[in-house]
Amino acid sequence: MNNGQPVRRRNWLLWVPLGVVIIMAAMFIWALRHGDDRLIQSHWIDKPLPAFDLPAAAADRPGLTSRSFGDGQPRIINLFASWCIPCRVEAPALAELQRRGVIVEGVAIRDRPEDLARFLGEFGNPYHAIGADERSQLALALGSSGVPETFLIDGRGMIREQIQGAITPDMVPEIMAKLERMR
Amino acid sequence: MKFARLFAAFALCCAIFPPALQAQSGLPPAPYAYRQLDDPVQEAAARNLMAELRCLVCQGQSIADSDAPLAGDMRSDVRERIAAGERPAEIRQWLIDRYGNWVTYDPPIEGDTIALYILPLLALIGGLFIVIRRLRPAKQGDGTP
Repeated sequence: MNNGQPVRRRNWLLWVPLGVVIIMAAMFIWALRHGDDRLIQSHWIDKPLPAFDLPAAAADRPGLTSRSFGDGQPRIINLFASWCIPCRVEAPALAELQRRGVIVEGVAIRDRPEDLARFLGEFGNPYHAIGADERSQLALALGSSGVPETFLIDGRGMIREQIQGAITPDMVPEIMAKLERMR
Repeated sequence: MKFARLFAAFALCCAIFPPALQAQSGLPPAPYAYRQLDDPVQEAAARNLMAELRCLVCQGQSIADSDAPLAGDMRSDVRERIAAGERPAEIRQWLIDRYGNWVTYDPPIEGDTIALYILPLLALIGGLFIVIRRLRPAKQGDGTP
């Protein structure tokens, strides 16, 4: 009788579930080791800036409106907050950008005027205008998932790039070059 | 108790999302972050949507589960939009346009998500196939002594 052949093939099939479980276990262990701490990048890139009109967050700067954009002048929008520790780190880089002629627009996320005034007094105020986004509404409309974040806006008012985390001084020349190409 | 939970959520956020270290803001939460809508039908619709939207800073939690300030802002946003008559599908799409399919636990069927829907089906068909194959020789065995 030739019933040895199918039996052996079935024995081989029996190992398939074990193999699948081992592969899945390896994937789980890999994922646990490497974590899921990736940054969520905005998908709202190469899209026009949403229409917004944020009230002034600081006494000596105007609020921020989308109507200021698209005048041929590239700008950056910096989302920050007085309660955000890394935002203190990027203050010198923002000051350097402003000194080199970049228009730095600020959006204060979920911030109180008195906290913001203290923050600007301590770490400097490189901003052309500062809008108050008390409920993260502009942040959500831009696809932002935290502070600090910086968006590069070209001369036509299109969002061209998102920078997540603090800007460091060594990034300044690259940002200058990119903005120059966005006129 | 409440404080302990807040602190745990805060510590988790810091562990998971170090680049944007989340200190607590001094502002009170958004109006509908912790307040239900008056209309129970609208509140139910908002809750269904909030349970399937992912918290951006406490990854792995839904915005309904998270005490992160950004999750509170998102809950308030969802509730106010529903109260204003927006459909949940429109709100979900608005967020997907900005954060990608990642933002929802119920992603639409597309090129990169189709495996999520097809693989369980394939596994089921494969399992059925194996079961049928195992059962059939037994029947044949009965037929041929």
